[in-house]
Amino acid sequence: MNRKTTSLFGAAAALALALTACGGGGTGGTGTDAGPNSGAPAAASSDPDATIGIGSLYEPQNLDNTAGGGQGITEAFNGNVYEGLFRLTDDGKVENLLAEDYKVAPDGLTYTFTLRDGVKFHSGEPLTSADVKYSIEKVTAKDSQSARKSSFEVIKKIATPDERTVTVTLSSKSISFVYNLSYIWIIDHKATGLTTTEAGTGPYKLGTWKRGASLTLDRFPGYWGTPATNKQVVFHYYTDASALNNALLTNAVDVVTSEQSPDALEQFKNNGDYKVNDGHSTTKLLLAFNDREAPFDKPLVRKAVTSAIDNKKLLNSIWGEYGTLIGSMVPPTDPWYEDLTKVNPYDLNLAKKELADAGYPNGFAFTLDTPNYDPHPTAATFVKSELAKVGITVKINVITADEWYTKVYKNRDFAATLQEHVNDRDVVWYGDPDFYWGYDEPQVTAWVKQAERSDTAEGQTALLKKVNEKIAADAASDWLYLYPQIVVASSKLSGYPLNGLNSQFYAYTIKKN
Amino acid sequence: MTTYLLRRLAFLVVSLLLAAAVLFLLLRLLPGDPANSLLTIGADPGQIAAARHQIGSDRPLPQQFVTWLGQMATFDLGESFISTLPVGPEIAARLVVTVPLTLLAFLLAVVVAVPVGFLAAHRANRWYGPLLNGVSQFGIAVPVFWLGMLLITSFALYFHLLPAGGFPQDDWADPADALTSLLLPVVTIALVMSASLIRYVRSATLDVLDSDYLRTFRALGSSFTGAMWRHGLRNAAVPVISILGIELATTFLGAVVVESVFALPGLGSMLAKGIAQHDYPIVQGVLFVSTFGVLVIGFLADLAQRLIDPRLRGTTTRSAR
Repeated sequence: MNRKTTSLFGAAAALALALTACGGGGTGGTGTDAGPNSGAPAAASSDPDATIGIGSLYEPQNLDNTAGGGQGITEAFNGNVYEGLFRLTDDGKVENLLAEDYKVAPDGLTYTFTLRDGVKFHSGEPLTSADVKYSIEKVTAKDSQSARKSSFEVIKKIATPDERTVTVTLSSKSISFVYNLSYIWIIDHKATGLTTTEAGTGPYKLGTWKRGASLTLDRFPGYWGTPATNKQVVFHYYTDASALNNALLTNAVDVVTSEQSPDALEQFKNNGDYKVNDGHSTTKLLLAFNDREAPFDKPLVRKAVTSAIDNKKLLNSIWGEYGTLIGSMVPPTDPWYEDLTKVNPYDLNLAKKELADAGYPNGFAFTLDTPNYDPHPTAATFVKSELAKVGITVKINVITADEWYTKVYKNRDFAATLQEHVNDRDVVWYGDPDFYWGYDEPQVTAWVKQAERSDTAEGQTALLKKVNEKIAADAASDWLYLYPQIVVASSKLSGYPLNGLNSQFYAYTIKKN
Repeated sequence: MTTYLLRRLAFLVVSLLLAAAVLFLLLRLLPGDPANSLLTIGADPGQIAAARHQIGSDRPLPQQFVTWLGQMATFDLGESFISTLPVGPEIAARLVVTVPLTLLAFLLAVVVAVPVGFLAAHRANRWYGPLLNGVSQFGIAVPVFWLGMLLITSFALYFHLLPAGGFPQDDWADPADALTSLLLPVVTIALVMSASLIRYVRSATLDVLDSDYLRTFRALGSSFTGAMWRHGLRNAAVPVISILGIELATTFLGAVVVESVFALPGLGSMLAKGIAQHDYPIVQGVLFVSTFGVLVIGFLADLAQRLIDPRLRGTTTRSAR
């Protein structure tokens, strides 16, 4: 035997093995939800110097959220290490944080923010208006990879009349502007090397980051507000959901930010040492049609497909008693939520009639592009068997997250696809005819635009409700279900966030007995 | 011997270059665009173009290859596409886990396999000879991750004796702590590895036991132990060592799976994540370093064989074993 050849084969085999072992990752991932309010009962006597172990599947790529840090860095750093001018609370409300106050000019275009006094960065430098300007511009910069970049395209000018005042001028009215600002970290403008260090004002400063394993946050003694109720939090990162559950079972971590294996819940539910918390998620599982092309360009066909699938049965088979049916793109935590599950009810006869009316009495066949990670393949099989009952033949095409992004998102080369959509307030994508699903309804586009330019939150809510009703009536997509957001914690723990909108996980109110 | 060493070293360098080219091309044959890992649903065309430019996937392949090779020559493994952080230091940090894991598992496997394999051959006629043989057959069929999960379930979840996974945050600052967290993974790899080693040791020993020289030496009055010690083991070791070289290399394959099951921040889990995200610099870096390790191990195994077996020393190429 020739060992040199063997070595090369060995390397190739290692590659092949690893390839088959890990197809998932990438675009997928569920938003963990969090906020400072806890659902767990307040602890009788907690240890103010406790270390809290937090188990998560989402390790940050790096520590900069405008340079591809990803979902993991939002979870670890939002509110904990970095703070925004505003904070999005666990129940979805926006409150002042580093902004003590703000005023909007009568034209709705000029925002004047007054900064809180006495705020210091972890370096000891005081917070000034220059830092705020720098931080906003970091998100809107040309090379920014911030997922929120497009929300800030309305910014025309940022001025800093004095140390504690920032004035932002918009090119058009934007009712979501203050809400959007809650995603911008305020960073010390003198800081460098932000992919491996931090320069925030939050209740914790970065201890150590051990890549592939853990990230430690230490209570910051110079914090301007209420100090954290624990001394240290350690985020432990896992790539394998069962390894994460084992860590919780052996007390290596105290809490899991977002439970992703429904099968594992039983062992915690019937165990007094743990508490399983059912919070609100914003992650929706969609059967998204390509609304541009036949047969799904006809609303009647989409409605028929929607009515032919028993979403309740699907949700139940994947998540048991957890999760919610929504009937549209809007989760209950968004202000414009309405229960629209009755619009396209599960009804096989209705589905058959709609198919016949649309000109497909004998059904048709289509290919369903299915991401290869859970729960998509399971859902695809379910959809296939449901649609067979009304004469529609589904060909399941399993693809990687990466292929999905190129084929479906960028090239729009698909008939229908399954995909999870994690963000809150993302019904507005139906107002963009260029979005991957190609829903093109001028009325909806106009409403979405108008809603953003509303003078009041009520005006915005009313218009987005109309959008929601219209897309449901048109079955723009089939919204299969809303994921549950499940935080599993040791019963010694209290004060942890339950919902964690958009992947946040505020750790500073966590107490341990 | 010097000529042999030089030729062998030259071969090592050529193999490494060849491996580098194969690695590079294989990765580029994968469908998809690594830039996608940087993007989320909702990214605009500007962000998509920027992501492609940042990781260089908009440049021609030969140019990418030359850039990478140039970096390699200066021992620079480049920067991760996704995290933009340098690959070299991260590999170095993770070797602290993977090297002890692999070596300890290897040593344990050898310590178990050599006596067991020897017994299985020497006592082939007693009841436990075939039993040991059967157990090792079974061991070969056991998947690494399954054994790992079984050990976790029993020793960590049921008896609460050992941690279910993870590695100390301060690495080897407390060696006892580090060893404790490596114990189950080491046993997992070692058990699976020793199963196949036992079979090699057994067949090598059987060959020796039947050999004429051993019978002659005993006929001259030597005890069995003496004969085995002076001639038997040494002859049996030659084929076993060549297998050991390969086995040590494949232990790394086991590490990819085991590190994921035990949540160890090693090279294997780094590779798995790199592949999932199409992070080519990470994958190239890890595979390059491990290929280098494999080639060096092969080289050392060759040398060891030559020290043991004088018949090989005169030759410059591999002789029949």
